[in-house]
Amino acid sequence: MNVAEKPVIAAASLIGQRIQKKDAPEKAAGKTRYIQDMVVPGMLHAKILRSSRVHAKIKSIDTSAAKALPGVHVVLTAADVPDQQPIGVARDHLPLKGERVRSLRDEIAAVAADSDEIAEAALKLIRVEYEDLPVIATPEDAIKPGAPLIHPAPLDAHGRPQSLPPKTPIAFAGKADNIAMRFDYTHGDIAQAEAESDVVVEDSFQLHYVTHCCMGVSGVIAEFDASGNLLMYSNTQVPFLHKREFAEYLNIDPSRVRIIQPPIGGGFGSKLDIYPFEVICIFLARAAKRPVKMVFTREEEFLASPTRQPVLLTLRSGCRKDGTLTFRQVHTLHDNGAYTSWGATTPFVMMQTFSSLYRVPACDYHTTVVYTNNPYAGSFRGYGNLQATFAIEQHMDMLAEKIGMDPLDFRMKNAQDVGEVTGQGMEFKSCGFKECLTTAAERSDYRKKHADNIANRNARGPVKRGIGIASMLHVGGGAKIYPSDGCGTILKLDDFANVTLITGASEIGQGSETVLSQLVCEELGLPISAVTVVNNDTAITPWDVGVHASRTTFIAGNSAIGAARKAKAKILAAAAKKHGCGEAALDLRGGFVVVAETGEPVVELARLMRNLHFSDKAELVMTTFYYEPPSVHQDKAFKGDVSAAYAWAAQVVEVEVDTETGIVKMTKVTGTHDVGRVLNRLGLEGQIEGGVVMGQGYALTENLIVENGVTRNPNFRDYKLVTAPEIPEMDITFVESMDGEGPQGAKGVGEAPAICIAAAAANAIHNATGVRIFGLPFTPEAVYRALRGKSDKPHWPAWKPE
Amino acid sequence: MSLKHDIEFTLNGVGKRVTVDVAMTALDMLRDVVGLTGTKYGCGEGECGACTIRVDGETRNSCLMFAVDFDGRDIVTIEGLAADPKADALREAFVEHGAVQCGFCTPGMVMQASHILDTNPNADAETIKRGIEGNLCRCTGYKKIVDAVESACCGGR
Repeated sequence: MNVAEKPVIAAASLIGQRIQKKDAPEKAAGKTRYIQDMVVPGMLHAKILRSSRVHAKIKSIDTSAAKALPGVHVVLTAADVPDQQPIGVARDHLPLKGERVRSLRDEIAAVAADSDEIAEAALKLIRVEYEDLPVIATPEDAIKPGAPLIHPAPLDAHGRPQSLPPKTPIAFAGKADNIAMRFDYTHGDIAQAEAESDVVVEDSFQLHYVTHCCMGVSGVIAEFDASGNLLMYSNTQVPFLHKREFAEYLNIDPSRVRIIQPPIGGGFGSKLDIYPFEVICIFLARAAKRPVKMVFTREEEFLASPTRQPVLLTLRSGCRKDGTLTFRQVHTLHDNGAYTSWGATTPFVMMQTFSSLYRVPACDYHTTVVYTNNPYAGSFRGYGNLQATFAIEQHMDMLAEKIGMDPLDFRMKNAQDVGEVTGQGMEFKSCGFKECLTTAAERSDYRKKHADNIANRNARGPVKRGIGIASMLHVGGGAKIYPSDGCGTILKLDDFANVTLITGASEIGQGSETVLSQLVCEELGLPISAVTVVNNDTAITPWDVGVHASRTTFIAGNSAIGAARKAKAKILAAAAKKHGCGEAALDLRGGFVVVAETGEPVVELARLMRNLHFSDKAELVMTTFYYEPPSVHQDKAFKGDVSAAYAWAAQVVEVEVDTETGIVKMTKVTGTHDVGRVLNRLGLEGQIEGGVVMGQGYALTENLIVENGVTRNPNFRDYKLVTAPEIPEMDITFVESMDGEGPQGAKGVGEAPAICIAAAAANAIHNATGVRIFGLPFTPEAVYRALRGKSDKPHWPAWKPE
Repeated sequence: MSLKHDIEFTLNGVGKRVTVDVAMTALDMLRDVVGLTGTKYGCGEGECGACTIRVDGETRNSCLMFAVDFDGRDIVTIEGLAADPKADALREAFVEHGAVQCGFCTPGMVMQASHILDTNPNADAETIKRGIEGNLCRCTGYKKIVDAVESACCGGR
């Protein structure tokens, strides 16, 4: 055809597309430089000497031989850093321990040397004399009357507890009992609700230790400049909170601390707190006046990085014959380990699931978090929700069975819906929960299989098939834990219409820089390749509260959209002025300013940008935006709408149980997630699939074995991660509830997929065999014993401190 | 004083002569002496596959080899795959199928996958899963990695 057509640019959306991860080509080529790969000229290598006793007084530390070793620059003990400040959520943790060790991971001394090998050799020359103390190996022991104290108050010259000013941190003042934290929440009248119940069930559940197993081990590089300013290369998930905390520990102004995050080899919540190794590395760098790098070995990663803590949980639930839930009463005992990190605060999330996953008129929740001599617990993807869901969703099946109701119908009858405000004050402005339930059930043929499997329990052959369902509720619009739950964005366009997106949000592998670029490009009509993301330097990026609570897409996404919309308004106003038309009639598409109605190009965006730049007024298009979600802090009774949106899911797990060996094979997972709206379909699927398999590991294989405070399996041979041949078939679908506050309607989803799997697996094993197992993990030994009635059912009578 | 040894080998197609400590692992030599950091330390005991390299065509955990074991061998690391068009397609498949998240296991995965591609270009999903069972990934749940390798295998058909 020779006839020239008027070129038009049709509207095209990036939302819901499969967008390739921006950093994937570098990573697939092995070019990405993680902290392990970084070399800073002049840097020293550091190692930490950890306790060889679980609980002991330190009588003496002799570092003289280590200091004398050629190549050793600095050896530090607590005595060398009298100014060290306690770290952690409860300020109960001094990085270097001088008088007492409370767990086997405790840091006693640290060495900076010319090489790792020399540092390692120096550690072997340090002599420590201990006086053993009684070990508290279980949380039950920790609350017994007269139990030895993990953090006793220091004694004065007369052997009496020293009196210290109020608000003295626990690390100095001690604690008169072993209770690290407690949480008590109630709504409704429990006694009346129980009296109105036709059926009541009560059971104890036992949850085990697992750990993150990031493929990249922990590491940090610290250096001071000549003026005493600190530069850290750190794997943190929360750079801005840490910048402030490190400044506090060093007693310097926060503006003198700069944190750069190299690409991070996995997070999953493990990098949410400051750990002793980071502070110790700073002390070494300060003393050596050289950059110091510290990287863990895998064994050290298992021994001295945080865990998801064991929980002993007793749940009492009731319902009426018609299937209406009446009440839940929960008492849990959390093993905090020897020090307090974020693990102690997981009850914030657990209580939400108990109070609000289903409509329940009365809920009474009590958690006691206790000190023991075990490895201490941190935050881990799901933040207590896996443990809570494990108990609740088994009770949902058990109650349904008692009243002769189909488990799916029972859930549907009590499921939350749009507009509901729960007893805890959570307000469900978007809620696709019921659609998640029906979709997952229909796609997996749940009802028929559930009935068939029960009918086939006594059929011949050792392998029984089972199907189980579980649901979850999790924050999906951030969580207002800190004074601000916001994120800032700085956006600039260059003369060629390329965008630099400077965001506070950290990339930890989850794909935030891709989805943020996508949201910006959706506004500006540009390809993803036009965006450069700067997201890893506290000296450049605007404030953000960090990667946690599945908040990044929602919070940083809204922030990025805000900055992009401001830029778009500027551009369209300039174009309208220059080309004599109304800006409302214009749009941005395919790198052009176009007439919105027809798609007819008005001017190439890059050309317009140069025009603005080199005009008399010499304007560059740069915008900023700070997004703060419309959520509120919980009050002292833990009530309040803490998230701007909530995410929902139902997952159906199918298993084959070999009754002769106890081996449980997870054959299929059918998951339906209310994600608000699908933004990057490829990234979303990846998050869900990865979470499902992490949940599979939690349910079936992973178990950090801690006996009398000693971790017995600190390696991948004995701590079993799921491998490729073991993964289930996965059928993942999405419900788009179009959240009114979410970026393009989306909600957070990072933690969601791991939460239901263990609960659904428990229900599936019961469906297959008629045997219910109340403790995790479902290893062949545990299942074999349970099937033969030889396992002890967990038992913990409801208890809370007076 | 530790014992040193001179070795000669081919690294990514180029001859290399290095003096190494006899106790040094091949992984440490690649990373710290030669300066190629694409090969990752994940566990140091052959359980995670992050340090996978090719030695005379076969895949090996470089953390379980001594550096001196390289003497006279033909070594290919992830950096060496840059010159291999088949590996280009594989890397592109990893990107296209979303097989990369944090990326720390990815170089080892790509090395192992390239070996599958070379030795069994018609591998199906089950064969691929067995082929990468020695490579741990904590992010992806493996599905998209298997999809990527399968598409590269099919692409080569």
